[in-house]
Amino acid sequence: MGDFDVSIIIKSLPILWGGMQLSLKLFGIALVGGIFFGTLLAMARLSSFRMLSYPAAGFVNLIRSIPFIMAIFWFYFLTPMLVEKMTGQQGEAVGPFTSAIVAFIMVGAAYYSEIIRAGIQSVPRGQPWAAYALGLNYWQSMRHVVLPQAFRNMLPIMLTQSIIMFQDTSLVYVVGLKDFLGAASTAGQLTGRSTELYVFVAVVFFVICFGASKLVKYIETRTDPTYQKPAKPPLPKEFLPLTVDGGGG
Amino acid sequence: MEWKVFLEQAPSGGMTYLGWLMSGAMWTMLVSIAAWIIAFILGSLLGVARTTPVKWLSLPATIYVEVFRNIPLLVQMFLWYFVMPELVPTDFGDWLKGTYPNLISLPFAQFSLWEFTAAVMCLGLYTASRVAEQVRAGIESLPKGQTNAGLAMGFTLPQVYRHVLLPMAFRLVIPPMTSEFLTIFKNSSTALTIGVLELTAQSRQISEYTFKTFEAFTAATLIYIVITLTVIFLMRLLENRLHVPGYVSQGGH
Repeated sequence: MGDFDVSIIIKSLPILWGGMQLSLKLFGIALVGGIFFGTLLAMARLSSFRMLSYPAAGFVNLIRSIPFIMAIFWFYFLTPMLVEKMTGQQGEAVGPFTSAIVAFIMVGAAYYSEIIRAGIQSVPRGQPWAAYALGLNYWQSMRHVVLPQAFRNMLPIMLTQSIIMFQDTSLVYVVGLKDFLGAASTAGQLTGRSTELYVFVAVVFFVICFGASKLVKYIETRTDPTYQKPAKPPLPKEFLPLTVDGGGG
Repeated sequence: MEWKVFLEQAPSGGMTYLGWLMSGAMWTMLVSIAAWIIAFILGSLLGVARTTPVKWLSLPATIYVEVFRNIPLLVQMFLWYFVMPELVPTDFGDWLKGTYPNLISLPFAQFSLWEFTAAVMCLGLYTASRVAEQVRAGIESLPKGQTNAGLAMGFTLPQVYRHVLLPMAFRLVIPPMTSEFLTIFKNSSTALTIGVLELTAQSRQISEYTFKTFEAFTAATLIYIVITLTVIFLMRLLENRLHVPGYVSQGGH
């Protein structure tokens, strides 16, 4: 317990930073791609064409009922095959990073689409009807009326899901990519001691995710139009009945 | 497609590849259920503690939840499996890695008791933080008047929890608890990184031995879906039996 060696962390910083860059890159691409395809999936699911809504629902439910790691294995296996079919090139041109990105975008899209669907459904039906009455078509009413309101309603949950997504980037370890965790594992093999490195990884993840979740809480109160600062009690505290230990009751 | 591959003799374990899949499914269930017991008990205690007005109960519970929620599960898995034996006294660490796995020989397993224990502990303690949040949300969704009425009737705070809040809250949180159980069940696949041969690990192992990747992954995926649907069905039954009259069920629909 006493021999926690900080110098191992310092020695490994370049490797760890390389890993963190890969994690951030993967997260950024998965975030943008996941939200983009997630929006399309949500619109397809809410569509009245069964040709669209059934396959979209099937895809989302399939992805959501298997482990993330299983999904990563699936796309790791399928992506090179599909690329080979489409471009005629050899499958080896597709590296593990590309496969991982495809997996994260697809899994992200499935999870985001559920949030976006709930967000779209939270917009009162009268809004799109009013838009149609004004002569807007489906895409215009979506783009200018429904989605802006939907995105504001779902922003906090969306951000929370994104924090989970960032944590999940560590799962690419299973296909041997050197993300932040993978880099720590490699550095552990080089230096012969992994204890300090894994603890360091945990601390860094905690600081980032805890900070981000506090930020989400703050944004949540700022974007909620119905949010009011807690009203001051109309009477001095000692007149309020039935409070236990000065608050909870 | 060559589904016959599952009937071939597997190189180890004295069974067919189908046997490997089934043993994987069994370990997935065992890890999930054992971890769920830890998560449910500890999570309920933590969730209740967070809602009490007693600071020395709510503060440690809040810290627990924030710590376990904000570190990726896979990192936690490594902390339990690789780091924990190094941080405890050397004798105990060696015992964990050396003697402890030999205490019981796990049936059909190609991994040791220590790997199983680390996975269960990690998943259980991680999911406890999520269960705690659900329990807290359930209790906080009840009108304040219920606590006040209980206190006005002369109940002590523990009695209010025991007779007024918890019987309601635990029925209201059944739908989110179902999804937490499904999450622990899916998350149990992270145990493959420390050598537990659960369903995902077995399907990958089959694909490596036979090169029938599509068949192996499809079979595992189907098993996951069947178990998921079964759990949802059973929990619906439970939900209907324990339905609170006059309350619209909260989750999902």
